[in-house]
This record gives sequence, C-alpha cells and structure tokens, in this order.
Amino acid sequence: MIRSSNALVAKALRTPERIPQDAAGWEALIGRTREAGLIATLAARIDASIGLDRVPAAPRAHLIAARHRCRAQQAAVRRETAEIARALAPLRAPVVLLKGAAYLMAALPPAEGRLFSDIDILVPKSHLPDVESALMLAGFATTHLHPYDQRYYRRWMHELPPMQHVKRLTILDVHHTIVPETAGVALDASALFRSATPLADAPPFSVLSPCDMVLHSATHLFQNEELTHGLRDLVDIDRLLAHFAAANPSFWRALVARAGELDLGRPLFYALRFTTRLLGTPIPDAIAPDVARLAPAAPVGALMDRLLDAALQPKSASAATRWARRALYLRGHWLKMPAPLLAYHLTWKALRRDEEPA
Amino acid sequence: MILADLAPSEMRRRLSGPGLRVRLGPVAVQIRSPFASVASAIALHYAEHDLLDPSAFADFRVSVDPPFGARRFVGKQALFKFDGMANFRPLPATQAFPLLEWGLNWCVTSQCHQYLIIHAAVVERGGKALLLPAPPASGKSTLCAALVARGWRLLSDELALIELGRRSVVPMPRPISLKNKSIGAIARFWPDAAIGDVVPDTLKGSVAHVRPPGDSVRRGGEAAVPAWVVLPRYAEGEATELAALSKGEAFMQLVDSAFNYSVHGRAGFETLADLVDACECRAFTYGGALDEAVGAFDDLVKT
Repeated sequence: MIRSSNALVAKALRTPERIPQDAAGWEALIGRTREAGLIATLAARIDASIGLDRVPAAPRAHLIAARHRCRAQQAAVRRETAEIARALAPLRAPVVLLKGAAYLMAALPPAEGRLFSDIDILVPKSHLPDVESALMLAGFATTHLHPYDQRYYRRWMHELPPMQHVKRLTILDVHHTIVPETAGVALDASALFRSATPLADAPPFSVLSPCDMVLHSATHLFQNEELTHGLRDLVDIDRLLAHFAAANPSFWRALVARAGELDLGRPLFYALRFTTRLLGTPIPDAIAPDVARLAPAAPVGALMDRLLDAALQPKSASAATRWARRALYLRGHWLKMPAPLLAYHLTWKALRRDEEPA
Repeated sequence: MILADLAPSEMRRRLSGPGLRVRLGPVAVQIRSPFASVASAIALHYAEHDLLDPSAFADFRVSVDPPFGARRFVGKQALFKFDGMANFRPLPATQAFPLLEWGLNWCVTSQCHQYLIIHAAVVERGGKALLLPAPPASGKSTLCAALVARGWRLLSDELALIELGRRSVVPMPRPISLKNKSIGAIARFWPDAAIGDVVPDTLKGSVAHVRPPGDSVRRGGEAAVPAWVVLPRYAEGEATELAALSKGEAFMQLVDSAFNYSVHGRAGFETLADLVDACECRAFTYGGALDEAVGAFDDLVKT
C-alpha cells in the first residue's frame, strides 16, 4: 500500500502507451502525477508515445493545462538565465547551472515536461561576495532576513540564503559547493568547476560533468533532506543515467569512481537503489558489485529503505509519510552538521515556529 | 439526476463518506465535508446542478474538514484540502461553506490553464456575453446578481474561462458571492432570490451566496460569444453612467484581471486582442440604483 502512489506514477511514466482504461484510473493518475509535480512530464511522454488525442477529453484537459504551464515556466527560466548571465558575465567567474535550469539549458532529457520552483547556480566561494553584489544590482534581494537564518546559511551551509527578484519574484539559490560546509564530507568544490562543461550558446554558464550532475542530484535528494520533490528528482536521475550511459559505454565505471573521489558514495548508493526500486532503472551487472560496496550496514539499509519508501510518497500521503519525513529531516540535519551545532540549530528552529519543515 | 433529487440523508452520507460528485460547467468535483453548514448550503445552492455517478471522473477532489493535530483544540476550525493537500490556513468553522467556494475558485485558477482565466463576472443575453472584469469592491458581483435577477443568464460571477484562440467564454454557473451591504441590496431588488446564511467576520466582511437560476445551471454546457467588455465601478450616490472606454484601456484591464495571462504568452495576447477588437467596450459607474443599472445594460443590448 505504501508504495502504491509512486508505483502508479512510475508505471505510467515508464509505459506511457498503456494509459488507464477507466475514469477511476485516470482520476488517480492525474491526481498523483499533479501532486508529484510530474504531470507535465506525463503529458510529454504520452504525447511522444501514443499522442494526447488518444486520452479521453476530461483527463486530456489536465495534461494540456500542464503543458501550457510547463512551456510558460521553461520560457521564464530561459529569460531569467539570460538576465543572470547579463548580471554575472562581467565578473568573469565560472558559473555552473544546477538541476532543472541545467537540464533545460543543456537540452538534456529530464527537461522534457519538467516544472520549476527556482533556479540554482554554483559559483566558486572566492567569488561569492562579487556574485551576490552583482545579483543585488540586477534586482535580486536576499530573503530569510532573520539574523539567525542569515548566519545559518552564510556560516554553515553550501549556499547563500535564497535570493528573490524584487519584481519578477523568481527565486535564485546561489551555491558555492554541493554539500554543507559542516557535513564533514571531504569534497573539493574546485574539482566540480574543473570538469564542468561550458554551454557554448549560453555564456558564461556551464553545467556539471555527466558524473557530477548525477552525483549532485543524488546528494540533493539523499544527503540534504530535500524530499519534497523526491519522485521527480528520481525521475531526473533515471533519465540522466539512461542518457549518459547510452552516450558513453564507460559512464557507469566513471560514475562509481567519481563518487569515491568526491566522497559521495552513499548518496549514489541510495539514488541507484531507489531509481531501481521505483523506476526500474537498469544497472549493468558488471557494476552491481561496486555499487553494493557503497551500501550502509544491513540494519541501517533496511531502516532507510522503509523510511525512504514512505518519505518519497507525495505530500498528501499517510501519517507514516509524515513521520518518515520527520525522521529523515533529522537524519539530513545529522549529516549536515556536528551534534552540538545540530542541537543548537534545532533548538532555534523549535523556538521559532514560523518556519516548520514541510 | 440533479442534487435536488437526492434525499438529504443520502447527501449527508456522501458528503461525510465517499464524497459527493457534482458537475460545475466544464469541471467535475468531488466534495467531502462533515460540516452540517456545508451540507445545507450545498443543498440550497447546488440544488439544480447535475449529480455525478460515484464512478465518474472528478477533476478535483476537495474536502473541508476540521483540521487534525493540535489545531483541533483551538476553537472550531475548517481546513480546505485539494487532492489531500492543505495549501491554506484553516478558518473558523462558521466559514466552512465560503471556504469551500474560495477553494474551488483556487482549484480552477491554479489548474485550468487550458483556458485564459479572467477575474470577471460573465452574463449572457441573446447568445452574446457581457464581461465585467474588475478588482474587488467594484460592485461586480452585485451588478451581476442584479442582471441575473432580470433575466440575464449567469455564466460566472468570478471567473471568465476564455478558450484560447477562439472568441468563446465557457460557463461555470455557481452561487454568486455577495458581500456586506450588497446582500441586503440584492435581497430587496430580487425578492425571489435564494440567499443562503450570512456568514459574518470573514476576511471579506460578511458574505452570503445566491443560488444560480436553474436555467443558467441547465445551460452550463453552452458557451457564449463575448460582445461587451464593461468595466464596472460602484461609487455610492453617483449617477448611473455608461461611458466610452478605449479598446486599449479595456485590453489592459483584462490583462490586469487575468489570473494566468503569463502562462499563455503570445497566444494569450492574441486571444485577448481579438476579443477586445470584437467587443464594444464601456466604463460603467453606478451609485446603487440597481433598476437604473439594469436598464442601462438593456439599452446596450438594443443598440
């Protein structure tokens, strides 16, 4: 029962030609994909397989509506990245697009039907003050004005407090690495910039190398407790893996090796475990033993399976999902920072009830 | 089968159990709520709406419930959920029905991007639709109720659903929402109106709903061609006046009133430009003399 909602969405995305046969099936599918933020992805996949015309009129209206929204969002992200490029180009700093904006601007498969909530960029820490000033001049203002929040982000996290454009209201996350400073992960951010791929038609932007792109998406989901778009992020990873593996036969080996270099073996393990479980992502037999070596101890693995199965369900799901999210929120924080700092941080959060975790 | 055909006990059973399925113009909704005030308001306001089979496709599954958790003990509250997700803070339980109406509006404006959606009342006469786009407090709903009272067909008092690339408004006949002084004004102007309970102290002040006429509900599948765009303005004591409005101003008013203009880009611009081109545009001022107001619109139809 716990897996049914995700299983329904996953099956429809994997075999879009096998559309529901009755009203109840469509109602469940539209509701669940809408909730998971994957309805425009579903629309794109059905359209590419059997065509939207084969969908009954009532659910088709939702798929068409989602497609309109997706096109508008993607056009907005293109405009916004052009604005950010204008603001940052004079700095001559490397600027890496992350996640959705990267998939869109590099024309990678996860961009198809993808909806957006914000834009993420990565810049070297040494350039951070200049980048922030340039963005402020371009109309982006910092959010989370409480002094504690400012300190939390600036001292301990891997990103600035989210910035928001004062007129266009776009949210921009400026990262300087991909795991929090306090997480104790031995990751050298400069390695990410060295292997990044420049976007010839969108200077000054680049995107992460194929391996790093997968590892970042995995880290975002399984290290940084960002589970609200869990299934969508897994769908991104699934598509990236298939795309990069098809383009490069040695991709899988390179991915596992790179995870070792960046100290991100565990998030990679969880990403592969859950893309396989939910989306049936094929992992080559030759690489399976190497992936298995990244696993946690057996009892931890079993516990994480249960927690993540529940937590990756959409928002509306059961009390089990809410409890699993809470447990993983704590785990995410545990991984983010050492215990004394964690105790301090959670005390602050508890005393200020205005921003509860989702 | 319409809702009035359903025994009250069966209506309450569906509302508190599997859900009541109703057609609202182009969308079908499933409503669940254990509140007696919601059941009686639905029985009044949606009496003539088509009841749908429990196995029919529902576009939106919504509920208005007492919230779970610690909030349960903080007075009596009502929480709106769409597909199981709570996107709004709970309101006092006395506001359960207005909350349902606002929630349904939100479902449509946030999801139905197959349309260009404009915050406007829409009524029709002789196949021609009159659009009344306006910000709140412009007297749009009052004027809409007055026109409906005198035989105009109600398409919507809040949401103009425009089909993209076509000159066509799709109806969504639902209760007309009245606020504060306009509740009494409409009760006097339209003695036969079925007006529900007045709910005081909402964010918008006192609120009451008027049941849409059966004819408007039965013709809920019949789109209309926009012929007039009239920007209404209520100003107490002022004379009734239907003045000229340039197409440019009318266009900008529609853009300002649109919920999802940005979603549609060029297609949205062209749809609105075409609509304004084909419509007569006016600015309407009235000071509360509803007979005069309706008369002015009847004259507009004759010219």
